[in-house]
Order: sequence, then C-alpha cells, then structure tokens
Amino acid sequence: MVRPVGIVTDVATVARRSVRSLLREPEAMAPALIIPTFFFIVNIGALESFVERSPGIDYRAFQIPVAIIFAVTGISRASVLVIDIQTGYLDRMLVTPVRRTTLLLGMMVADVVLALALSLVVVVMGFVAGVRFETGVLGILLFLGMAVAWSLAFTGFPYTVALRTGNPAAVNSSFLIFFPFAFLTPAYLPRELMTGWMQTVAAWNPVTYLLEGMRSLLTGGWQAAAMGKAAAAIGGLALVTFVMAFRSLARRVATG
Amino acid sequence: MDGVDLNVDAGAVYGFLGPNGAGKSTTVRMLCTLLKPTAGQATVAGYDVVDRPGEVRIRIGVALQEAALDERQTGREVLDLQARLYGLSAADRAASIARAVDLADIGDAMDARIKTYSGGMRRRLDLAASLIHGPEVLFLDEPTTGLDPVSRAQVWDEVRRLNGELGVTVFLTTQYLEEADALADRVAIIDGGRIVEEGSPSELKRAVGADVIVVDLPSEAIAPAAAVAETVPEVDAVTRGRRGITIATADGAATVGTVAVALSSAGLHPQSLTVRTPSLDDVFLLATGYRMSAVDPAAGGGGAAPGPGARAAAPESGGP
Repeated sequence: MVRPVGIVTDVATVARRSVRSLLREPEAMAPALIIPTFFFIVNIGALESFVERSPGIDYRAFQIPVAIIFAVTGISRASVLVIDIQTGYLDRMLVTPVRRTTLLLGMMVADVVLALALSLVVVVMGFVAGVRFETGVLGILLFLGMAVAWSLAFTGFPYTVALRTGNPAAVNSSFLIFFPFAFLTPAYLPRELMTGWMQTVAAWNPVTYLLEGMRSLLTGGWQAAAMGKAAAAIGGLALVTFVMAFRSLARRVATG
Repeated sequence: MDGVDLNVDAGAVYGFLGPNGAGKSTTVRMLCTLLKPTAGQATVAGYDVVDRPGEVRIRIGVALQEAALDERQTGREVLDLQARLYGLSAADRAASIARAVDLADIGDAMDARIKTYSGGMRRRLDLAASLIHGPEVLFLDEPTTGLDPVSRAQVWDEVRRLNGELGVTVFLTTQYLEEADALADRVAIIDGGRIVEEGSPSELKRAVGADVIVVDLPSEAIAPAAAVAETVPEVDAVTRGRRGITIATADGAATVGTVAVALSSAGLHPQSLTVRTPSLDDVFLLATGYRMSAVDPAAGGGGAAPGPGARAAAPESGGP
C-alpha cells in the first residue's frame, strides 16, 4: 500500500499544507502590505518634487521597486517551521518517508505564492499612481518574476535561523537583516546623487542592482547590462542563502 | 544511552519503563530514525535504522510525546497530509482516512481546527495519524502522560485492540508502573540510560518474591530494623529504602506477624506494616535502590488508573 513517491509529489503535499495555512491567516499579510504602501506614499509626498528637479527622473516609477522590496523581503514560512520544530510536528513528518529537502521546498512554494500576490498588489498600486512600464507586458512579467525570485532568495535567511535555533524569537529578530539590505541602497535617490561612502556601500549591496534592474524595466527600456546585474545579484544571494538553509536542514534532520 | 540491548518479538507489546530523564525518548528517537546513534546498531522490522532508514520509516508508526499536531489544520487535513506523505494512492488514501476517522472517534471535531481539541482528542487523532499507513511496528512515547483516567483507559483499550486484532508490534515507553504492567508482554526497566531489568512483568515480580512486606520506619530505625528482619527465617531478602524497608518472602500473611514481633522485641516501632504482592516498583527498587514512585510524583498517583494493573492492596506511594 505504501509506495515510493516522486519529489514533485512530496513538494506538492508539503506545499498544499503551507498554502492552506497561509490562506488561513490573511491578517499576517497586513504588515507586508501596509509598510510598502505607507513608505510609497510618504516618500512620494516628501521627495517627489525635490528629486524631480533633476532631469529625467519619474519618482513614482523610481519608488515602485522600493515598495516591492519592502513588501516581499523577509516574508517566509520560517515562523511556521519553527513552531513545527517546537511542537514536534516536524518530527511527525520526519518519521514518514518524505524526502527531507521537500519539507523546505514545499514551504517555499507558499512563499512564492505570497510574494507574487504582494508584488501584484504593489504593481496595481503603481498603476493607480500613474506609473507605466516602458517594456510593456513582457516587462511587467519579468518585473514580477524578479520580485518573486528576490523574495525567495531572501527566505534562506529566516529558514536558516529557524532550523539552527528552533527559537521563534530568533526567527522574529532575523528580519532585522532586512534594514541594511533595504536602506543601504539607492532607495531614495539615484546612486550618483548619494554621499560618497554610501555610494561605496551600495555598490556592494545586491539590492542596488535589483532596484536598478527593476527601474530599467519601468523607465529605461530593455537594458541587457542592468538585467544581467540584477539576475547576478539575485542568483548570488540565492546561492548563499540556499546553501545555508539546506545545510541547516540536513544538520537538524541528522541529529534530530 | 549506554548498553541498551534488547530484542522485541514481532507481535508483542514491549514496555520501556523508567522515570523522567532515564533515556526512554532518546531510545525511541533512535529506533524511529530521528536520531543517529553514535555507536551500536538497531534493526526495526528487519531493517537497520542507520543504513536503511527509508525501509524502516514505511514500516513504523510513531506517536511521540505530547501529540505533535499542527493546530491550524483540521483533524481530517492532518490525516490526509499523513496519508500523502506515505505515498498512498487516492483510493487507499480515502480508505485509510475513513478508517483513521473511525479510530480517532472524535465525531464532528474531525473537521474543526485542532486548536479547539482537548488533550484526549489530540492523543486519539495523533494515534490514528500514526496508523494511517498500516505499520507493522508502532512506537508510542509516553502515550498517556498527562491524560485523565478515562482517556488513559481508552488509549489502553486501543493499544490492546491494535495488538490483538491487527497484530501490530507495539513498543511503548512509560513512566507509569501500572501502564507497563497492564499492557506489556515484556518490560525493560531503564534507569540512567541503562536497562537494569528485563522480562515479563510476572517473571520480574516473581523474582522479587511471592509477597512483599513494606515496613514504614523513621529513618534512624531503618538500619537496625533491616538487621532484625534478616534474622527471621522466612524472610528471603530485605531492601533498605529512604522511608523504611521492603521484605521479600514466600508467604506474607504468615511472616508479617513474626516480623512484627521481632521488631517489637528489638524496641523498634514501625509506622505501618503492609503485606502485598510485589509490584514493578518493587522490581525497580531492587534493581536501582530507589522507588520510581518516590522520584516521580505522577507515577504515585497512577494507582488511580483503571484496568487490571491497578493494585488493590496498599498505599504504595508511602512505601520505603
């Protein structure tokens, strides 16, 4: 009766549960929507007329990628994972023949669903504010894809903390890493207008290239170099965080 | 864990008895492939737990301590997830879930979120979930800890039925003497990560003696009383405890008078003298030098539990 199943089936099984629990707590999505909306409105209100004195800047389009980063960076099912660890529900799954990696991959499916939903909301907010994509429908799709890929790459941090510590408080604190990533960037001004030291720091921050790539889709037209750098930034981060997260999973699974 | 060496026959109920922190859960986690032993070797359902964990996992069901369930899901969703994790086909899944719903027997609550369940309902659901794939071997880690007497009796009945009707081999850990006595065909008594006694409950108790006489004494009287008791010819063995002595003998009713007279003429006055048949606690006392019921207050109250294991005789918790 018991039979071996494929990795896709295992991922689907774990994902089904994760998406279901996601849909049952829509209130948990509120901060992920309120924060970007708030900053979008406040940043536009405070800086739009000042920044647009520099020629060639559409500040609303400039801020939409920032709103997306605020919305999707740091969302994850790590808070559920850490509860599973504490209650022993993870053990209940680990005594089944389920493939170990799919326990994380299944949760990431739910992360992708959430990131896509949040990104769509922010893009619609942009349309309402009058923002248009110079690269058209294909550009919008790519834009959403970048947002989701970035979000997913970032989930490796909270998952690593959850698996290493098994401690909900540590998982909650792990979102602090969002601040340097989000703010030591050209979030408010183009890089050439920023202070020297900040320019240097921003040059090392992957979010800089993500923002610039996403902005190019909005106002710059198709720019291979900007896209390539954004893809490298996302890929580089994903490589680092996924290695950490899946190693932490392997370690927790090996020692119980 | 150190030097745990045991062999459980297929179709048996094996009890792993010991106080908190004795190493029971660690042993179960190793046998369930959750924890890698640093040394040694274990075979479950014919497969090595380290080399072939996948083969072991599809043949075992596990209900760990504190019924681990996802509170945000309904009972039915937990059962469905469990069935899918074992790769059951759609038809098998429907049948297994229907069986598990019957087994859990929690009525309409099956479609309510688990956070609304009582402790007893959680245990029943957890047990049903652990059986969803028809395992050969069932591991139960302290299945009744924290349950009220009625829920405990239900779990006991269920374990007996699973073993009797379905032939499931059961490996159960417990800190309740009565539970091991009532359910297990064989019992290993574990203390400090080692097995100190092993055998069927009746064998183990018979090894203590046909009867025991429990003598409660003030602490300064324990040593002299033990010396006096040892001089009585009918006495087989005397064990000193913290609150008195325990005497093993072939015929308690005949010997208790002799012992009382001997103590009295030595100027020793017991607070109480009780004759009863040996319990697993006496086995534990002989093996470790202390009483499990004295260490773990929860086990002392276990005498209130229903079932054939409950002892009618004496206030056991007041023993030496």
